[in-house]
Amino acid sequence: MMQFMLLFSRQGKLRLQKWYVAHPDKLKKKITRELITTILARKPKMCSFLEWKDLKIVYKRYASLYFCCAIEQDDNELLTLEIIHRYVELLDKYFGSVCELDIIFNFEKAYFILDELLLGGEVQETSKKNVLKAIAAQDLLQEEETPQGFFEDHGLG
Amino acid sequence: MFPYYEPDWSVLPPELNRRFNPAFNMATIKQAINEAVERVRMPTPMRLRDLIRQIRAARTAAEERSVVNKECAYIRSTFREEDSVWRCRNIAKLLYIHMLGYPAHFGQLECLKLIASSRFTDKRIGYLGAMLLLDERQDVHLLITNCLKNDLNSTTQFVVGLALCTLGAIASPEMARDLASEIERLMKSPNAYIRKKAALCAFRIIKRVPELMEIFLPATRSLLSEKNHGVLITGVTLITEMCEVSPDTLNHFKKVVPNLVRILKNLILAGYSPEHDVSGVSDPFLQVKILKLLRVLGKNDPEASEAMNDILAQVATNTETSKNVGNAILYETVLSIMDIKSESGLRVLAINILGRFLLNNDKNIRYVALNTLLKTVYIDTSAVQRHRSTILECLKDPDVSIRRRAMELSFALINGQNIRTMMKELLTFLEKSDSEFKAHCSSGIVLAAERFSPTKRWHLDTLLKVLIAAGNYVRDDVISSTIQLISETTSQQAYITLQLWQALSVDVCDKQPLTQVAVWAIGEYGDALLTAPIEDGMNFERPTEEDVINCYQRILWSPQNSSTTKQYTLMSLTKLSTRFTQTNNKIQQIISSFCSSLHIELQQRGVEFSQLFGKYNHLRSALLERMPPMEVVRQNDVQTNGDMDETEDKTSESSPQHYTSESNALLDLLGPSDTSELDVISSTAIPSQPIPSSNNQDLLDLLGGLDPMPMPASNTDIGVILENNNSSLPLNNNQTANFLSGDILNTNLINEKHVPVITAFDKNGLKIVFAIERLQDSNTVSINMTATNSALSNMTDFLFQAAVPKTFQLQMLSPSGTIIIPSGQITQVLRVTNPSKAILRMRIRLSYVLDGTPVQEQTEVNNFPTDIWD
Repeated sequence: MMQFMLLFSRQGKLRLQKWYVAHPDKLKKKITRELITTILARKPKMCSFLEWKDLKIVYKRYASLYFCCAIEQDDNELLTLEIIHRYVELLDKYFGSVCELDIIFNFEKAYFILDELLLGGEVQETSKKNVLKAIAAQDLLQEEETPQGFFEDHGLG
Repeated sequence: MFPYYEPDWSVLPPELNRRFNPAFNMATIKQAINEAVERVRMPTPMRLRDLIRQIRAARTAAEERSVVNKECAYIRSTFREEDSVWRCRNIAKLLYIHMLGYPAHFGQLECLKLIASSRFTDKRIGYLGAMLLLDERQDVHLLITNCLKNDLNSTTQFVVGLALCTLGAIASPEMARDLASEIERLMKSPNAYIRKKAALCAFRIIKRVPELMEIFLPATRSLLSEKNHGVLITGVTLITEMCEVSPDTLNHFKKVVPNLVRILKNLILAGYSPEHDVSGVSDPFLQVKILKLLRVLGKNDPEASEAMNDILAQVATNTETSKNVGNAILYETVLSIMDIKSESGLRVLAINILGRFLLNNDKNIRYVALNTLLKTVYIDTSAVQRHRSTILECLKDPDVSIRRRAMELSFALINGQNIRTMMKELLTFLEKSDSEFKAHCSSGIVLAAERFSPTKRWHLDTLLKVLIAAGNYVRDDVISSTIQLISETTSQQAYITLQLWQALSVDVCDKQPLTQVAVWAIGEYGDALLTAPIEDGMNFERPTEEDVINCYQRILWSPQNSSTTKQYTLMSLTKLSTRFTQTNNKIQQIISSFCSSLHIELQQRGVEFSQLFGKYNHLRSALLERMPPMEVVRQNDVQTNGDMDETEDKTSESSPQHYTSESNALLDLLGPSDTSELDVISSTAIPSQPIPSSNNQDLLDLLGGLDPMPMPASNTDIGVILENNNSSLPLNNNQTANFLSGDILNTNLINEKHVPVITAFDKNGLKIVFAIERLQDSNTVSINMTATNSALSNMTDFLFQAAVPKTFQLQMLSPSGTIIIPSGQITQVLRVTNPSKAILRMRIRLSYVLDGTPVQEQTEVNNFPTDIWD
């Protein structure tokens, strides 16, 4: 089971955090800080895995953004790379050539997409189409209930 | 790997992005008008996008903080005013602020209010906020349980989906108990979207509260007969968890093996399905999950394993391996093959897959292969041996984690046959490796060499190479084991001494362990350096005595060398004074210069060894004899320990002297036999009779001479010397050592018995003398009372009585007699036990009849040595 997923920039700024285990806020911050420093210090020619406490950390860099997952000992690290890649593909499809700024300004969407791909730290849907369909349908629900008056802006803005 | 993302990750803000054309963008027009209108209307809260922009525009951390604080204050105030229109937007902003690391707990309750709202937007953001801001320690959990219960019954599938997703992320044991039946109901929902989410929720609930598993069992089985991959994968995940939790359930699910095999077969044989295809592989996520479940079901079950042999072989041979995804499946297949009771042919296939992984260009795959081989090497060493050369190749990998795995795996593969080739590679690796590896690697090599060395010569050579290659990273135990090996391998001593000299004559500041071993060997076998025949093919330039002494001087003078190294060197130099003939003056000079060293250990050695050149010159050669070969198991020595033979004494004296200068690590060499020997020594050495050897007398004088020197640390050393007079073993034991040395140094009551003697009473011709001996390992001293009569007539009816304070226990044995003739004596033994280690006082009463007159005397004895209990 995946324990958590972090997205952070090359500058070490956290862009998204998804925790599937209950930790106090303080511990979450400590773990995040520790992992960001460790991963940013690694050289590009190093492999994507590291052992950290009793977890395996799998990370991959896409342009300026690092995707980092913590999985348990009996999880498959190569497949975790595929999960990360699947998530990137979904973001890319959704935003259309996704970039870091898309995720900064629409972080809630990034969370929604992740929540349709994984649930409780496990893959819930292996079809890209189904994930995007579910997201689109929910976006539509949101749009429909938002009054479309010219001067109003009831959404998140 | 996926370059098509790279060019599009723009660093430009959206308004400058090429996908964002401001001129034709309605949003910008709308924004401009909005802003104009907002100037005249009631101000609406800042938009999420604007807040993010503002925060990003902050140039300093302080500036960012002030923007955030201002906004947080505003958000708090809207929360207080129960502003429900903008709550959603404010929570969204708060979540962004939370991600930056600022506290946002004050939004927890507002999230619950959003969840309770009927708008989908509110719910979506509310649940997102709940997942991010709540953890299970929060007491708001009760509230959210109610919200979840409501939404799990919603008619909108997405509302149910949000609730399930949230439950899956933050389920606490209480929530799991409260909502388990709801989840069970949803697992049977006709809607696949809800069914898959419910299955994973059930998975999480079982993880938190395993005993809730029962209620999900009936609904679980049917998940496997689905077509929908989402339901299938979540179903397999759920079953895997159930099987891992309970052996009964594991047996229950054994019957699904054929179903799983069929699903897997369909996956690999079915044609291209665009929906689930990942670079030519059909639904790798599902395949891996099924393979994992097969592993759990087939473990320790020959029948189930038999049923899956074929499909595993099929997956292993049919999977496309050019991409990571195929290798992910192969990796899982290998794990399953190794874990179940699979056919041997299949196991070979699995190891070969890993062998191929090792050759892969992708470092991740190499890493995984090494890791897996490391796990399987103890099960099937011979299969792994075939890939030895590839594994050794990985020692040169640029990736440090791969190198580490390869090193561990190489050590696991070493055996008697391949040790020469393996060691060659490992030594090269050791030489070039980073410092973090050196300690681990050198210890590994030393261990392997100990187990599998073909010859002693080879073993010594290897140890020497380790000392050179690993420098200061060598662990202490390597020093002691090398010295021990040299000592016991008498045939190679000359050879290795020459080798060590060669290593020593280059710069060795960064190789303290090497220096220590080298000077030890040269000290012991220094004569070999000058006389031993040089073997053919050995490029060796014989040094002169002068060369060696100069080298020693360099070591002793160099500030880079540790004081331990210098202690070794000083000891070795002293030994060389008896091995060399022409350089004694220089040696003496160097040693005496350490009499004023600032380092107390070195100073002590300087002073002690200088004594050997002066007053005790005649003892020097005997003291500095070559050490007898050390042996690990030395049962026979126990018998000779107590031997008072004079020659035995002579040979043994060199060892304690020598050992006092060694580090403790060397003492550890004696290993397990240590304690048993000690017992024998102490019981014989301490109550020993006057030693007939003049040698020992001299040694005691020597100690007397050392006595007044201000060296607190010297106690143990002298103790060791004394003790070892009676043993051929270089031992150190603080208890006995302190006892002996303490008496000598502090009370100056040295007699031939090494026991303190006090005069308790001396009056009218009667003298009472106590000789005090500590009984080993106890709080008891034995006092030998001797009463001497110097009067002219007999003392009759002699009675000696004694009393001690209540904290002591006194036991008196019967006296040797009651009549003391003139110049005669009687003795009596007293045993005093002192559990509290208080200072001993004793009152004694003496009564006797002298010339027909009864005499009674009474006195108190206060002059017992204070340290008898130490």
